[in-house]
Amino acid sequence: MNEYDKFSLDGRPIYFERGQSILEAALAAGVYIPNLCHHPEFKPHGSCKLCTVKVNGRFGSACTIKAMPGQEVASDTPELNGNRRVLLQMLFVEGNHFCPGCEKSGNCKLQALAYDIEMLTPHYRHFYPVREIDATHPDVLLDFNRCIMCELCVRASRDVDGKSVFALAGRGTASHVVVNSPSGKLGDTDFALTDKAASVCPVGAILSKRVGFAVPIGERQYDVDPISAQASARQAEEA
Amino acid sequence: MLHAAATPARKKVRIATTSLSGCFGCHMSLLDIDERLLELVDLVEFDRSPITDIKHCGPCDVAIVEGGVCNAENVHVLRELRANAKVLVALGACAINGGLPAQRNHLDVGDCLTRVYCDRTGGEVPDDPELPLLLDKVHPINEVVRVDYFVPGCPPSGDAIWKYLTDLIFGRMPRLEHPMLRFD
Repeated sequence: MNEYDKFSLDGRPIYFERGQSILEAALAAGVYIPNLCHHPEFKPHGSCKLCTVKVNGRFGSACTIKAMPGQEVASDTPELNGNRRVLLQMLFVEGNHFCPGCEKSGNCKLQALAYDIEMLTPHYRHFYPVREIDATHPDVLLDFNRCIMCELCVRASRDVDGKSVFALAGRGTASHVVVNSPSGKLGDTDFALTDKAASVCPVGAILSKRVGFAVPIGERQYDVDPISAQASARQAEEA
Repeated sequence: MLHAAATPARKKVRIATTSLSGCFGCHMSLLDIDERLLELVDLVEFDRSPITDIKHCGPCDVAIVEGGVCNAENVHVLRELRANAKVLVALGACAINGGLPAQRNHLDVGDCLTRVYCDRTGGEVPDDPELPLLLDKVHPINEVVRVDYFVPGCPPSGDAIWKYLTDLIFGRMPRLEHPMLRFD
């Protein structure tokens, strides 16, 4: 690590390894940049735009822009956090995100980000879309009401599990996740609870059956410490 | 003289509260501030509220609304509160995003009524003119009136309500942070 391989994030020096994205370098240094469709094991997707930062004055996704020496990156600013809040509000009204009735509540990244960025209201007119629930699989429940189309399950099933169980269909507001089987039902695929795709969903769209509320509300992952504090704590532990 | 003259009594903040399409859980949570209720009594007085049983509200400082809007009466009550209150607060999940009642939004309300009143008992859908007409969808209150502040939670904890209310009463910018800010 030499002096040359560093950029500035909100005025703090971040050292990086060649090839890392701004987001990867920041997270490795224990500095949190909000993100939703990012997963360290998969290729960046750049679709949720939560990680949007300003690099040398221009907007860009921290997960897709490579870290370069001398970059001036701004992330934790009122302007960017305001935009992030708007993105979250749009995600909330676009689906049916009824937290009190969701098994993922407290473990949900969408919810945790909304807490962290202090989103008090979804603000916009709710779509209240009519979406399917697929309970055909013996071990896994699919609830598309909560899907945010981050494609983590699509990427995990295709790139890690080699099954390509999920895909994104439709365009624009009609985009939705579909299941790759003749009936379109998860029960007719070879999807298994042990698949990577079964555990990557950041929201409550892919849920394991028969473990509901095993961990009570109030004791879950993001109930005590905010998601941003957990990222820095993880780094401190590793260091 | 050791004891200065008593400071002039602070003018009490007049608060109206109502539960529209909600479960009164948020009002129950307000009672969860426990002994701080005694402090609250010194700070506020209640206009229309389940606590006073006043039916129509007059001019007040703060209106606290629990529940979403599911029928015509909810709309009237909400508009009356908005017209009379300087500040309107949406309290709890239902007021903010429709909450549990909004889970009927993907169903046809006519179908629901037929299923409940006709198919099971062979009766008719009640149509007494005193019954408020159901809306086809349940709406968060900010889709009907302007809302100044939002306190999420199902219900928001007594501590969160206390924090928000006292911030408002004492003229601070009301703020809820983790872990008091919750959606569940």
